[in-house]
Amino acid sequence: MNNLQSLSYYWPEIILTVTVLVAILVDLFYSDKNSGKTALWVLGGLILTQIAIYVQDSEMTRTLFMGNLAFDPFASFFKTLTILSTVLVIIISQKTNELDGHRTGEYYSLMAIMVFGMFLMASAIDLIMIYLAIEIVSIVSFILAGYLKGDLRSNEAALKYVIYGAFSSGIMLFGMSIVFGLAGSTKYFVIQEAMWNLQGSAHFAFTLASIFILAGFGYKISAVPFHFWTPDVYEGAPTPITAYLSVAPKAVGFAVIIRFFNTVFGDGGAFIDPSISTFTNIPWPQILAVLSVITMTLGNLVALQQNSIKRMLAYSSIAHAGYMLMALPTLSSQGAYAIMLYLFMYIFMNLGAFFVVIYVKSQGGGESFDDFRGLGWKMPIVGIVMTVFMLSLTGIPPTAGFIGKFYIFASVIKVGPQLYWLAIVGAINSVISLYYYFRVVKVMFLEGEPSETIVVPSASVLAILFTFAIPTILFGIYWVPIANWVSQSLKLFIKVM
Amino acid sequence: MDNLNTYLSIAAILFSLGMFGVITRRNAIAVLMGIELILNSANLNFLAFAKFGGMNMSGHIFALFVIIMAAAEAAVALAIIINIYNNYKTINVDDVRELRQ
Repeated sequence: MNNLQSLSYYWPEIILTVTVLVAILVDLFYSDKNSGKTALWVLGGLILTQIAIYVQDSEMTRTLFMGNLAFDPFASFFKTLTILSTVLVIIISQKTNELDGHRTGEYYSLMAIMVFGMFLMASAIDLIMIYLAIEIVSIVSFILAGYLKGDLRSNEAALKYVIYGAFSSGIMLFGMSIVFGLAGSTKYFVIQEAMWNLQGSAHFAFTLASIFILAGFGYKISAVPFHFWTPDVYEGAPTPITAYLSVAPKAVGFAVIIRFFNTVFGDGGAFIDPSISTFTNIPWPQILAVLSVITMTLGNLVALQQNSIKRMLAYSSIAHAGYMLMALPTLSSQGAYAIMLYLFMYIFMNLGAFFVVIYVKSQGGGESFDDFRGLGWKMPIVGIVMTVFMLSLTGIPPTAGFIGKFYIFASVIKVGPQLYWLAIVGAINSVISLYYYFRVVKVMFLEGEPSETIVVPSASVLAILFTFAIPTILFGIYWVPIANWVSQSLKLFIKVM
Repeated sequence: MDNLNTYLSIAAILFSLGMFGVITRRNAIAVLMGIELILNSANLNFLAFAKFGGMNMSGHIFALFVIIMAAAEAAVALAIIINIYNNYKTINVDDVRELRQ
């Protein structure tokens, strides 16, 4: 479809672009103190964007802008996830005290730009588009990680982020250049066809190039061995941004990986054959399985030793990336389904845990385990809600985290005996994670002096806490609507040969 | 000399030099220069393939976008490094260690 025709399918992105421009403009008219009101404009724009996505009928899949973007339910699903997490993060940003004394207008407009980049990531089916989308998201997140200009830790986070980010996208780019040379095109579908006709040493070149490209994708979802930036950036960045980086870019990172594996290595995104043929002689399922095992084991083992809850959550997010990667070696529609469901559940529990950290810090506490000592007695509601998030992150029923993990394990076991070991390692890892998640609960309720005074959070904080806690429990008991939504969304654009 | 292999070899050498620079240099600016080398080696690949492969314009377009993105990335990275210098009085990446390793 040519450029002009495509525009009528591009309303969400157009509205989003207008939102960004409006947010930057209105911010000029606010004084430093009122700059935070830009958030309302961004929130309004995001809600309009979501309505536009909802109204669109993406059932009829097609490509936009000369085959650069795919327009399908799969992309719409990830766009919705992006908007959901951005709206939640903008709301929790209101309650942090880390941004005090900073002009926050740009903070919200930058977030809206990042949403645009993530929309492109969710729908790109062209190497140029993928590169641009990943760079848009990365460059904006470098700025957001270093938003606290006077803060040494935030500075360091931004420096490490920019070096690792630029380095890994450079490697990815080099891989893309080789793939372009082998296939003669940057379009996924042309690459897929060209790969079938590779001969001799071209196989080796393609293997090397796909490993380079995987480095760029792995960096976005912080999979080992491309995870080195994660703990430092997550600890140094402002906490709402940490929360944001741990859900939204990671979710679309998985969208990029699923689309790439299914379109370039697989059957063109049709999900017909449960075991997708791998035409190169590379054992992709085994490589991905090993990657997933290393990722979750390292994340969990290092999380055990942390003294800062924020840093512990950073390592736990690496471990969760490992759990989600577990479903990828299945290379089946069930695997993709499980990852999508998990991502949805993960948004609520992880953002909720980070919100508790933000709230405790804004009440004069800190981020370390010592600061949480006796919290359950001082602020019982916060303590109980945090316990729910920890249960859910561990994956104990009846919480959303359990349902997510259940589908992941089910998809792995369904493949057959050759992947049983992966499920067993995953189960052992869940047990390890129980230790450090429950350390939070233990510190909150069993240590410290029972406090005389009970602090009840303000109504708005309570409302936010329950926005995260209620879905975390509710989707653990009744997840049918979500499951239906995910299975309807599991429809990628298919090339009609 | 004027064939595809020459260009690809030069690109591969540039890529390796860039990798080497990023890994061994401790000065943040030098690390950035290493990253630029990597990006430009990819550019050289794109243009060489576009010229000798008799392909469509995608290679040229890709190289143009990479140059634009490299400029944007350098702008942000240099701003962050200036900020680091103002706060730490050094741009040695090893001395910037406020966060626990």
